Amino acid sequence: MKRTVFRNRWLPYLLVAPQIVITLVFFYWPALDSVRLSLYRASPFGDRLIFVGWGNFARLFGDAAYLRSALTSVLFAFLVTVIGLVLALVLAALANARIRGLAVYRSLLLWPYGIAPAIAGILWLFIFHPSYGVLPYVLSFATAYQFNWFLKGWVAMTLLVVAAVWKQFGYNLAFYLAGLQAIEASVLEAASVDGAGPVRRFLAITFPLLSPVTFFLFTLNMTFAFFETFGLVHSVTQGGPGDATSILVYKAWKDGFENLQLGLSAAQSVVLMAVVIGLTALQFRFAEKKVTY
Amino acid sequence: MRSWMPRTLLTTVFVGAALVVALPGPALARTEITWWHALQATLGERVGEIAAKFNASQSEYEVKAIFKGSYPETLNAAIAAYRAKQAPHVVQVYEVGTQTMLSSGAIVPVFQLMKDHNVAIDWNDLIGPVKTYYSSGGNLYSMAFNSSTPILYYNKDLFKKAGLPDKAPATWDEVEAMAKKLVAGGAKCGYSSAWPSWVIMENMHAYHDQPFADHANGFDGLATTLKINGPFGVKMLELLQRGAKEGWFTYNGRLNKAEANMGGGECGIFTTSSAYIGNLTKTAEGKFAWGTAPLPHMAGFPHGNSIIGGATLWVIKGAKPEEAKGVAQFFKYLASTENQAWWATVTGYLPLTQAAVKAMEASGVYTKNPHLKTAVAQMNAGKTTPNSQGLRLGNYGSIRDAIEEQMENVFAGKKTAKQGLDDAVAKSGDILKEFAALYK
Repeated sequence: MKRTVFRNRWLPYLLVAPQIVITLVFFYWPALDSVRLSLYRASPFGDRLIFVGWGNFARLFGDAAYLRSALTSVLFAFLVTVIGLVLALVLAALANARIRGLAVYRSLLLWPYGIAPAIAGILWLFIFHPSYGVLPYVLSFATAYQFNWFLKGWVAMTLLVVAAVWKQFGYNLAFYLAGLQAIEASVLEAASVDGAGPVRRFLAITFPLLSPVTFFLFTLNMTFAFFETFGLVHSVTQGGPGDATSILVYKAWKDGFENLQLGLSAAQSVVLMAVVIGLTALQFRFAEKKVTY
Repeated sequence: MRSWMPRTLLTTVFVGAALVVALPGPALARTEITWWHALQATLGERVGEIAAKFNASQSEYEVKAIFKGSYPETLNAAIAAYRAKQAPHVVQVYEVGTQTMLSSGAIVPVFQLMKDHNVAIDWNDLIGPVKTYYSSGGNLYSMAFNSSTPILYYNKDLFKKAGLPDKAPATWDEVEAMAKKLVAGGAKCGYSSAWPSWVIMENMHAYHDQPFADHANGFDGLATTLKINGPFGVKMLELLQRGAKEGWFTYNGRLNKAEANMGGGECGIFTTSSAYIGNLTKTAEGKFAWGTAPLPHMAGFPHGNSIIGGATLWVIKGAKPEEAKGVAQFFKYLASTENQAWWATVTGYLPLTQAAVKAMEASGVYTKNPHLKTAVAQMNAGKTTPNSQGLRLGNYGSIRDAIEEQMENVFAGKKTAKQGLDDAVAKSGDILKEFAALYK
């Protein structure tokens, strides 16, 4: 790498200062304020602030509903990530083939990424809705089973997973496509000459060579499923039925903004902060070292 | 490109300056009153009309009505503004936030405001349930604004198709019998309800004079325990659990989501807010005929009254004297018979004063739109008791969540009615304790 030399010692600091200030004001300050607030029982209008120490956290971890919500989030993130990555990899492998109209297919596959989560939620709502949705109507000819996600938790969960996977699909595909194109054709040709079939070539060469991309996408999708699916849950299920789709980020919002339990909500965002720090640390630690090229 | 930019900018500046100069001068002399509200679409336009009419009626004050999003969003905006010392003078808060506002220390009680500025309103003319709900120690704390109560709706076309006479069910036994016939006659949904906790738990308890929470539903002191797991609550949920299993009751989600099913012509019998009349009139037009009736009664339990939902206007502390005086004048205008009768007619909300009810009767509104009368008649026929004066719970929103979560578990057959309600009571107890700990 080429080293840039500044003649003035202070110039580089001055140049990065705006970015640092923005980070401090918009990220560190609110984050630290959340940590502080998580130790208090606070009234909505701010007239009462009672120090409770770990009280909010003790309440959270003693609450069966919160632990259920954590479990729901993990399950949700896991399903979204695994299904999303498998699907994207398979389709990327297909879209990497030399076929006519390839550019059109690729563009179409990338489209969903440009849609806001809340809008994606509304689109899927029209497909899944028990009374005016297309899918329940079609299914009603095949089976008498009621796919009413107002009452059946697993139907609601399936709907969210499908919508989230679809939403993130274009992004995953783009990275896999780029990854596939970076693989040297000569390596694959050599394997062909040695008698390896397409499946064997994929498993023994393509997939291992894609592992850095896979790992990157894994962390990214986990983060997406944990944090950025709020709009989806908010517009489609509102956490229900029961608490079947009440993922952590939705619960934190609800307890804070609708129910005005600010301390408790702050404690939840601190827990979420720990999760995201953990995921990022994982990314930094392993992405460079443990993944084989 | 290079010459285009400055020229356009210059033009903009000139046009802007010309506009400022052309603005009428006297507007600057008026005292401005900001009013944040949460009503959108048609209702939001009506709110704007109220402000415009008040502004035209006098020359000292100018009320600015500003839409701030949903009820929770509006409340949050007001809280943030209050903490930043930028609060509006008046904010509309839904009934769920009543205890939060009462305990906030951030408000001026309405009765106090009126007394301070010598503006007289005949509070005794307010209809009973509205007055009790928002009063503390006999004094009104927030200005009643948009109030509604649940009533029963039925689809006359589906009744005809099922061979039923054109008569709404008066008891829950009749609801069951008719809903079964409706489903047998091809209706997709026999009975359904919007606002599950508000209609089926909160209102049904009050309507049958059953306690909902201790300390007279929180009116005699901070409530600490819900009482909904008694014989009445269990019987109510067991009935609907059976209904869900047998197919004559369909659960269609929280909030007002189920209204889509009634409006779509799927449901034979339906319960929701009386403020749904306006919407249903529009959606059902040319598609099906419908009627309204008072809520059904459960045999073997006494009569109370239904309670109200909706929102009221709270006065935030810290206004300058002349601004506070303007707010008092504005509230006087809101309570006027002219405004009340107009508001109730165009929105479907309850008229808040007896005088407005009489004016509406005299002008023939009720003959033209008899549905508007159903809620008023239902409330006037009921008895206001400690159990039916309203609900005042801390963290009310979380409690409603806890109840609806368990209602869903019961309707899905995951828990018995008793188990579900016991769990809701236990969870609500923790929530109420937390609130009490904050304001002890």
